Amino acid sequence: MTYFLQQLINGLQLGFVYALIALGYTMVYGIVRLINFAHGDVFMVGAYLGFFSLASWRLPFPLAIVAAMVGCAALGVFIERVAYKPLRNAPRISALITAMGVSLFLEYFTSLRFVFGPDFRAFPRPFEVKSFNLGGVTISNIQIIVFGVALVLMVGLTLFVNKTKTGLAMRAVSFDKDTARLMGIDVDGIISITFGIGAALAGAGGVLYGIAYPQLNPFMGIMPGLKAFVAAVLGGIGIIPGAMLGAVIMGVVEKLTEVYISSTLRDAVAFGILIIVLLVRPTGLLGKPDREKV
Amino acid sequence: MVRSGRRFGPGGIVLAGAAVVFVVLQGLMLAGVINVYLQMILSYAGVVAITALGLNLIYGYTGQFSLGHAAFYGIGAYTSALVTRSIPSAGAWKLLAGMAAGAIVAGVVAFLIGLPILRLKSDYLGIATLGFGMIMNVLFKNSDKVIPVMGGSCGMRGIARLASFPWVFAVAVLAIVVLRNIVFSSVGRALVSVREDELAAEAVGINTTRYKTMGFVIGCMFAGVAGSLYAHLYAYLSPDNFDFLKSIDVLLIVVLGGLGSISGTVVAAVAWVFLLEGLRIVLPPAIQDWRMVLYPLLLIIFMLFRPRGMFGGTEFRFLRPKEN
Repeated sequence: MTYFLQQLINGLQLGFVYALIALGYTMVYGIVRLINFAHGDVFMVGAYLGFFSLASWRLPFPLAIVAAMVGCAALGVFIERVAYKPLRNAPRISALITAMGVSLFLEYFTSLRFVFGPDFRAFPRPFEVKSFNLGGVTISNIQIIVFGVALVLMVGLTLFVNKTKTGLAMRAVSFDKDTARLMGIDVDGIISITFGIGAALAGAGGVLYGIAYPQLNPFMGIMPGLKAFVAAVLGGIGIIPGAMLGAVIMGVVEKLTEVYISSTLRDAVAFGILIIVLLVRPTGLLGKPDREKV
Repeated sequence: MVRSGRRFGPGGIVLAGAAVVFVVLQGLMLAGVINVYLQMILSYAGVVAITALGLNLIYGYTGQFSLGHAAFYGIGAYTSALVTRSIPSAGAWKLLAGMAAGAIVAGVVAFLIGLPILRLKSDYLGIATLGFGMIMNVLFKNSDKVIPVMGGSCGMRGIARLASFPWVFAVAVLAIVVLRNIVFSSVGRALVSVREDELAAEAVGINTTRYKTMGFVIGCMFAGVAGSLYAHLYAYLSPDNFDFLKSIDVLLIVVLGGLGSISGTVVAAVAWVFLLEGLRIVLPPAIQDWRMVLYPLLLIIFMLFRPRGMFGGTEFRFLRPKEN
């Protein structure tokens, strides 16, 4: 039982990192209906920014997270302006293909020697790892930090989207872009802000991933990116609490499959659950059923 | 007025043209202008074109978004390799049997998985097929636990090199003719109507489930055949050849060529293979790392300037049906 609880905590740790990535996917999808395949690579850039902040610039840990978030936000907005905005009125698949292009570009460009380089790097530990024992279950300070930072960011995002005027504008744009524009909302600006926030969350996720699973390379974003995206769909894409729920489920299922069934089948089980959920609830766990209209 | 060029019907023109192209290519090969390396690239381009034609039927014509096409390509490759391994005799029949088996198994799996998931729409269907592709990839990686010769993540070896450029060329031409005949038939009209508006199609009495499944199964059978050829060209299969990124490559080609265009898919497949290989030759060794940096940049720029692909749903004249 304590073993189960222990693995549950490990799964939650993974799930919270997925949640930070999934939020960016879900917000972007909600607002421009685009599967932003480059998002996993923005997460990778965030992890590297955290690495350089800690290892090269010797910043304290909280500032490293801020640096990664700011850097990724700028990158996210830049990508949107250059690669997606010109295609807003083109068929949706065109933007999906440029998203794949941006993803490949980020992976291979950062693999160049003068950028991040192709080798694996070890993420520095900004503090000593301590473990606390709670009735047989150990929880490390790293896990506490992952939970804490992720929770603060998620609560912050929820408040931002639900309580501020910009958040209201974001919801309006995702509901109906044309009407939102008629109401005087700067739609392009709001879309940029959405990309920026999503990318910033992925950047923070990258740093947390770095301290939790301390190994970096330019292709590290592919799998977590896909998993987070699947998590967003599982919870109901476009719905913020759905992304969090889906991500936590993904993380826990993945960890439990790994320890109880087989680590090689880990990915198959996660995607199998996705397919079953989609068949039973085609719009995800928290999604509203979408009526067909003529 | 019937123009003289149409006397043989479009199918005849395609076949005649293909024969000319084939003779020219074979001549160049015999003359040594096309070396073994180029031959290999041409064969690969043919395999990619066949796979992409299948996806074009599924996505370009029927409008069913699939991000798992490489899974069927892999199913075809592994099945045919297992079949040709288990047939002791040598000869061309073995490869034909392998291709038939690859196509049939890919088609049956497509039917079984398609029945439930084709109820999903657009992006959700894409994600479900992506999930299926992932699951198949995990199964390929663990295949050695059930069938040791499949090699799991180490890859499958010991496949006879039965296929060659003439095989690929013949199958590719056949694929073009078959797809063209499907697309410009009443079945093709039904498939396109499902893409354009499923509800309206249903309202005029088209059994949309039936046509969606049909398009999906036939498209996946194309992938199965292409996979069989791939297996017997390279004589080695690794699960990494059939992963998510491969599905994306096929999707890229279909979109770059133009959705719903046979001409576009074929041209894009050949151009894509030659671009990737060409960059390898053109770039000096010192900046070979830049190959995979330039390629996505070209991709993005192309998409920004031609968002509807090279052909944007039109065809070469010789592929179009006679107007009456």
